[in-house]
Order: sequence, then structure tokens, then C-alpha cells
Amino acid sequence: MTTQTDATVAPAASANTGTDAAAPAVPSGRRRRRVGGGFAVVPLLAFVALAFGIPALAMLNGAFTVKDPATGATSYGVANVTASMQGAYLTALIGSVKLSAFSAAIGVVSGLLLAQAVVTSRSRMLREAVLTASGVLANFGGVPLAFAFVATLGNSGFLTRRLDLTDKGWSLYGFSGLTLAYLYFLIPLMVLTITPALEGLRTQWREAARNNGATNAQYWRHVALPVLAPSLLGGFVLLFGSAFAAYATAAAMVGSSIPLVTLQIADALAGNVLVGQENVALALSLDMVLVAGLVMAVYLPLQRRSARWLA
Amino acid sequence: MARLTSRGIGKVRPGRGVVLLCAAVYFLLPLAASVIFTVDIPGQGVNFDVYEQILGAEGFVASLLLSLELAAATIALVLLLMVPAMVALRLGARRLRPVVEIVCSLPLVVPPIAFVAGIATVLTWGPEYLSTTPLFQTFVAVQNPDFPVVLVLAYTVMALPFVYRALDAGLRSIDVPTLVEAARNCGAGWAQALVRAVLPNLRGALLNASFLTLALVLGEFTVAQILKFRPFAVWIVGIGGSQAQMSVAVSVLSLFVTWLLLLAIAAFGGRTPSPTTTEK
Repeated sequence: MTTQTDATVAPAASANTGTDAAAPAVPSGRRRRRVGGGFAVVPLLAFVALAFGIPALAMLNGAFTVKDPATGATSYGVANVTASMQGAYLTALIGSVKLSAFSAAIGVVSGLLLAQAVVTSRSRMLREAVLTASGVLANFGGVPLAFAFVATLGNSGFLTRRLDLTDKGWSLYGFSGLTLAYLYFLIPLMVLTITPALEGLRTQWREAARNNGATNAQYWRHVALPVLAPSLLGGFVLLFGSAFAAYATAAAMVGSSIPLVTLQIADALAGNVLVGQENVALALSLDMVLVAGLVMAVYLPLQRRSARWLA
Repeated sequence: MARLTSRGIGKVRPGRGVVLLCAAVYFLLPLAASVIFTVDIPGQGVNFDVYEQILGAEGFVASLLLSLELAAATIALVLLLMVPAMVALRLGARRLRPVVEIVCSLPLVVPPIAFVAGIATVLTWGPEYLSTTPLFQTFVAVQNPDFPVVLVLAYTVMALPFVYRALDAGLRSIDVPTLVEAARNCGAGWAQALVRAVLPNLRGALLNASFLTLALVLGEFTVAQILKFRPFAVWIVGIGGSQAQMSVAVSVLSLFVTWLLLLAIAAFGGRTPSPTTTEK
């Protein structure tokens, strides 16, 4: 993933000079435009190479650098990566994957239902309100969200006190509590992702199915859901990635009492558990990048597929 | 046809009501409960003291100002980098379009926590290897706690995907080559054509991109906390342990302020800033 950064930057630069070199052959107006175009993109690519490429390479380098605790000598090896796949770190990885998959699945279903309710509603105000609110919640969750849930369902939260939830075995600071909090930004994200697809479902398809004697359920099973399938799967993958990468909500809500890979990385970086675990943190980060890369590799083709149907 | 359609809608209606009701309860209850939590203190009854104390709270003004300064710098940098590049992609450098798209999506593949792990590693190189070189001064300067430039760099990278989408949606709706051509024919220079012909047509998209970046920077916690800086979000979590009421009050306020900003920008920009909906 990280080598890709520089790989993409390098051809960009060469493609650029290639355009410039070929330029004199074309009329002068176009030539000037092309040169201007190339130059305008260079600062962006240079910035990304510096501010993103270097940390990414540092992460890759560190993940494969093994430090001998006795001599302090360093060498390349896979010890960190192996360590990141064992013991507490493996538990954390599995915990993160489980939590993300579970909350993403619920998020997809609830988001689809909510989006469908909003899209078919004839009230423009409701539509606008839900979509703007989704924009805020999907992008601006994090810390305020964690505190809102602590105030509602935490140990001394409003609902916990009113309904004596603690006596009934409720605790926000666990798997189910985190799922509940994550859904607060996952459902809006799903609404934003799936709304264009739902709007793309043509009324004619529904009418055609009706005219052929299909019931509402049959229409959904044989027409709407197959058309929506790539968008739904793409939405799941996007939600999974978003939940997998979430750190602020979990850190502000539960500290590090739950095994999640993001919390483990933060702990290892701070040297809270064992000194000298920084490189294992980098190896864990690499694991995360691989999972996130996989997510994007699945998501992008699916999105293209659904765009073809619903364009 | 009209009868069919109305029958269809009539059928879905009860289900829709239940869905909307559940959604309203789930999304509004935590907000309402947070407000009650901050004003209804057990044993003291209802009072609004917490909200009066916020301004005087230790570190509040400093951390909020730091976040706002970081946001302003990030917005300036990201627009300065992205706007010329995106406009150029519409003009001549079409071949570079997939490259820029991939580059701007890369931050999505690297979660913030992994990104900051890399940054933290790079920052340790300063003292370890470069302490005798002039580069060392740069390392010290970017980590100045009064204005950590390193955060601006990190936030700019993190904002790229959002800004790309917002600008792309805006540029899609205008004919950039014709606009620039017209401005050039009227004797405008390149910079003038960009500033006076293209940018005014991009007002909505620019506002949208700026707002998303502002929201991102104000709410950002991961990178700042790991690098041990203390902007707004880190401050909220810091006081959460000792002053639960205060942290919830500030959280609620920040959510509402973001919301108001969004509505204001929507009214001013003339369109709803929900960029993800434009993605296809």
C-alpha cells in the first residue's frame, strides 16, 4: 500500500514531463493550457508524497525493523508482524473485525430502511432534515458522540438512572455499548451512501412488475434488491471500514478496557504496556492498512457496478 | 397508474411511520438525555451553571482557539493545493485525473491511527539521526505546541478525500473550459480567469469543502492525542474524567454549533452541503 504512494507519484511526474515534451507539436493555445495543467497538479502530488508518503514509508520500514533488546542493533525481519498476529494483539484484531462486521450489518439494514422511508416520503422538509443531519453525524462523530452516550447510558447516565439499567446488567462500556454508539454514525453514513441508489430505482420498474402481477414482496425480491445489491454490499464494506478505523469514540468511551486494534496501537505507541513496542504498533498499523486496503479493493468495483445500473 | 402508485404508497405507510419513529427515538434521545444530564444535577435540581462555567473553564479558550487556527490553516492549505489542480484536470491535464483521484483516496486506506503511528515514527528521527543537521530545527518548529504545523499537514492529508469529492461535484456542474476560454478571450490572465471566472461559480463547492474540513479539524482527536497536542477534542476528553457535566455540555454545544454552521452555509451557498449524496 505504501510503496504504491510513491509508485503513483513517480509516473505522474514522468507523464507530466512527457506531456510537456510532446507539447510543441500541437497549436500554441493548447500547448500553454497543457503546461499550465501539469504544473498545477505538481504541488498537490509533491505535498502528498511528503506529508503522506514519508510517514507511510516510515510505517512500512518500522514494521519490518527488529530491534535486539540486548545490543540495540537493528535488522530487518518479520518478528513484529508475527507478534502483531499473536496473543493480545490477535485478540484485538479479531475483536475489531467482529465489532465492525456486527455493527456494519445492523447499520446496513437500518440505514436502508431509514433511507427508503425518507426517499418515498413526500415531505421535502423531512428529506432535507434527515440528509443534512446525516451529513453532520456521519462525518462529525467521535468525541462529542461518546460523551452523549455516556450521559445517556453510562454508569450515571440519564436513562441508566431512570430505568435502573445497571441492576439489569447493562453496561455501556462493552461490546454492545460500543455497537450502539457506532451505529450513531454508521446509520447516517449508510443513509448518505444508499440514497442515490434508492433514488435511481425507476418507478417504471415497479409499475412493470405490478402490471405483470407481482406483489410488493416479489418486486423487492426479484427487481429492487438485485439492482441494489452492489450498493448494499458496497455500503457494508464502507461501514465496516469506518467502524474498523474508529478510535476517538472508543477511546473516549471505554478507555482501553476493550480489545480493539486501534486502542492497542495507541497503547503500544505510548509505551503503556511494554517499553519498546513502538515497532509492533507499526506492524499493527500495517495490518489495519491491509484490511482497509482490502475493503477499498472490494468497495470501488462494486460502486462502479452500481453506478452503471443506476446512472 | 395513479391508482397503482397511491395503493403502493398506502401499503408502505405504516412501516414507514414505525421506521421514522424508531430513528427519531434513537437519534434524538441521546441528545435530549445529554442536555438533561447537564442541567439536572442530582440533589441540586435544574440549573444552567455548567453552561455559564464553560467560558471560564481552564484551557477551554486556548484549546478552542488552537483548533480554529489549525482549521483556518488547513482550509487555506488544502484549497490552495486542490483548487488549481482540480481546475487543471478539467482543462488540459485530463490524463492525470485517475492519478489525482487515487492519490486523494489513499488517506481512506490508511486509518488515522495508522497514519499517526507513521508520523510519530518520522518525528522520532529528528532527535535520533538529525540532531546535528539544520533539518533538526525544522523538526522542532513543526512541533511547536503553540501552533503545531505537523497537525496542519496531517489534517490536510486527511481532508483530501472530502475536498476532492466536494470540488469534483461542484466542477461537474460547470463548463470550466468554456468559462476559462471566455475569460481569456476577454484578455484575462490565467490567475484572473481562475479567480474571477471559475471560483465565483464554485462558491457552493468551496464552502462545502471548507465546512467539511472545519468539522474534521474541530472534531479530530486521534492524531492530536497521540502526538500529545491539546486542541479542542483532546481538551474535552481531558476534562471528562473530573468534570463529566462540563464535558457533556461542551460536546452538546459543539454538535449544535456544527449543525448551525451547516445550515448557515447551506443557506448562504444556496445548496445543501451533503457531498456524499452526490457521489455516484
